[in-house]
Amino acid sequence: MFRLLIRKAFLSIVLSLSTLVAVNAQHEDHHDHEAAEGKKKFNVGDMIMHHIKDDHGWEFAHGLTLPLPVILYTEGRGLDVFSSSHFAHEATYEGYVKEHNKIYRAGADGKPDKSIKVLDFSITKNVASLLLSAVLLIVVFFSVQKGYEKNRGKAPKGLQSFLEPVILFVRDEIAKPNIGPKYGKYLPFLLTLFFFILFNNLLGLVPGGANLTGNIAITMTLAVITFLIVNLSGNKHYWAHLFKPTGVPVALLPIMIPVEIVGVFMKPFSLMVRLFANITAGHIIILSLLGLIFIANDLGGTGMGWGVSPLIVAFSLFMNLIELLVAFLQAFIFTLLASMYIGSAIEDHHEADHGIGYEGHEAH
Amino acid sequence: MDLLIPDIGLLFWMVLVFGLLYFILSKFAWKPITESLKEREDDIQKALDMAEKTRIEMAKLQSDNQKLLAEARAERDAILRGAKETADRVIAEARDKATEEGNRIIVKAREELQTERQAMVAEVKREVIELSLDIAEKVLKRELSDKKSQEELVKGLVAEARLN
Repeated sequence: MFRLLIRKAFLSIVLSLSTLVAVNAQHEDHHDHEAAEGKKKFNVGDMIMHHIKDDHGWEFAHGLTLPLPVILYTEGRGLDVFSSSHFAHEATYEGYVKEHNKIYRAGADGKPDKSIKVLDFSITKNVASLLLSAVLLIVVFFSVQKGYEKNRGKAPKGLQSFLEPVILFVRDEIAKPNIGPKYGKYLPFLLTLFFFILFNNLLGLVPGGANLTGNIAITMTLAVITFLIVNLSGNKHYWAHLFKPTGVPVALLPIMIPVEIVGVFMKPFSLMVRLFANITAGHIIILSLLGLIFIANDLGGTGMGWGVSPLIVAFSLFMNLIELLVAFLQAFIFTLLASMYIGSAIEDHHEADHGIGYEGHEAH
Repeated sequence: MDLLIPDIGLLFWMVLVFGLLYFILSKFAWKPITESLKEREDDIQKALDMAEKTRIEMAKLQSDNQKLLAEARAERDAILRGAKETADRVIAEARDKATEEGNRIIVKAREELQTERQAMVAEVKREVIELSLDIAEKVLKRELSDKKSQEELVKGLVAEARLN
């Protein structure tokens, strides 16, 4: 346990230092611009947004960008595939122009023509990170599965014994008590959900990593899938609770039914926003802390920049540790709530718990 | 605001990748893993149940053994007691029979003794009678010759008889 803690701490130090280096590099870039464009202050907002948002190339540090394939579909023109590095060197490429991270058809004057719809299916930084995490998940859990084959009837070993408690935690502490006896059907989804969120949260904390679980499209997909599973497996008690709540005075029905219907959509919406906001906020806090160094640098000179650094690094190290906790916590909460929603949808004796899922807590 | 607008490309890739991931992991990882876990848990449960069952059986066996031992002991005691009783009875019976036989023999001996005595007494009586008759005869014979000598004879005979 202690060794793990040290390893985590070490990881966090490396993480904060490398973020520092990356920001520093970018800052120097700003200095270059300052030289070229005259007085221009370091803009912490731009820096943070650049790190949080998706991009067409994967920038690990300044000047070290992995070009990724850009895949575009334009009506009447068809599919266009080329490397994202073209946009770094040229203003327009194959009649496309990039503005604020979005790709448009270039008009005759070289400016973006926003009237033409371009569908962007590029392998962006986030998509690349998504694929990486998928490969990682498959490799890790195939190896865990092999462990069960190899150590059949024996004690678990290595990666298998490292992840087994987590798998058992999802099964015994999340799925079983909240869903009930029919948990087996939903366990694969909950396990995929949990480990997908966990792996991507952790990958997001790695220096240079993408902010995948802090992206609304990702959390939206997860929430919509959960919404579909909950409502497609809802039994007659679930629907009766929505449209014919028992024990509610008739006069209240015009209020209760809309409230319940809004609740059905609020649940996945809250899932979507909670994960997105938690992860994004964590990244913003760490980046803001690091940004303080450069603000101090701008205000009081290089000496002041260096002077505040130790304090800021200590703070961001602390924040990184909290982010590690949050990475596990958010994966847990998303999965827990998803299983509660599923549990309330398939519960046999439905009582008025308003889908919060308290009724599902049966001792096992 | 850009942050809050989901990107269509990322949505597309996410649905595709997560769907595939769910499919692949469910089929090749979660299913075998959860099955192995279940199998192992069942094995452990079975082993625990078996141990409990064996423990109960052992206890039962032990109490059975003790019961058997107690029964054997009781039986042995009963046999011994029975044997002792039989022996006592046989001895008592033999003693009774012997006493009875002895008594019978004694009674018989007494009876014989009695008979013999009676026979002897009768004999003595007969001999006394004979003797008396002899004496009387002799006396009668002498009376004829001498009165005095007769008296002397009688006196002598009587003295003789008394001396006997």
